Amino acid sequence: MIDEGLRNELSRQGVVTTTMEELYNWGRKNSLWPLQFGLACCAIEMIATSMARFDIARFGAEVFRPSPRQADLMIVAGTVTKKMAPQIVRLYNQMPEPKYVIAMGVCAISGGPFKEGYNVLKGIDRYIPVDVHIPGCPPRPEALLQALMTLQEKIDHQHLTGEKRARHLDAAAPGEFPIPEFGKHDLEPPNNPALWQPPPMMRTE
Amino acid sequence: MNFGPYSFLTLFAFAGVVFAIAPLAIAWLWARAFSPRKSGPIKNANYECGLESQATGWVQFQSEYYLYGIVFLIFDVETVFLLPFATAFKGLSFGACAAMLIFILLLVEGLVWLCVKGVLARK
Repeated sequence: MIDEGLRNELSRQGVVTTTMEELYNWGRKNSLWPLQFGLACCAIEMIATSMARFDIARFGAEVFRPSPRQADLMIVAGTVTKKMAPQIVRLYNQMPEPKYVIAMGVCAISGGPFKEGYNVLKGIDRYIPVDVHIPGCPPRPEALLQALMTLQEKIDHQHLTGEKRARHLDAAAPGEFPIPEFGKHDLEPPNNPALWQPPPMMRTE
Repeated sequence: MNFGPYSFLTLFAFAGVVFAIAPLAIAWLWARAFSPRKSGPIKNANYECGLESQATGWVQFQSEYYLYGIVFLIFDVETVFLLPFATAFKGLSFGACAAMLIFILLLVEGLVWLCVKGVLARK
């Protein structure tokens, strides 16, 4: 590891130094390929983000892939109904590592206006690990770009080795997450306990 | 050493092969060094639309449809001959006209035969 002072000195002289880790993360964060799917109205904002006015191509993420095998980033754009949740988890499982998830809009992060409904999942983070949550109903394209930049920042700070290495580099971290099934009243299980636990109920007298 | 006039082609071919193989080799070595394989039954499933495969792809289809297909193809190709026949109709000699009529008659005969055989009937 090069000393920070020496590195600054070298960069002032026009010599760029880098590490494998930085090079790797730089390449990854600037070529995030999202999975091409939308669930509800948030998808319209996602489409707007990919078009010329907002231009997600500036961040290297314009290559929306129609197959999970080629995608790095899942943008859960819209209401996740309980009927759709198993398919989303299966698609997430089929994406190659490293993979990231942006939950876009209040429906994807919590169920949103349909939280009290019987058929809407109250947040996709109950089944798959979400990296960035964006609130909004729907979030504007700028918000999605902000989320993408936040994700890029996260990728930039991931480590190749050591205890704090990225999830996809850790052999013990799971690559597949259990797919919920349709139960009698709800999805079985209602959440993945390793990822999400219901908040404790407190009775106040 | 004496280099022939085309020896640089060998060099270019070598450089081209290295250019093609090097990224793959680097990616392979990188994966060996850092990223553990994370495959599983869901990830390796061959259907990738989010839904679970219901059954095997090796199922039997009814082969009756192939006759429809062939008949459609024949009459589709016939149109290619009919259009120039219609546009050049006034300038044609009697022999050419008779030949075309025999051609159409043969096809109509085939259609009648198919109809009698019951291929065109909806089942």
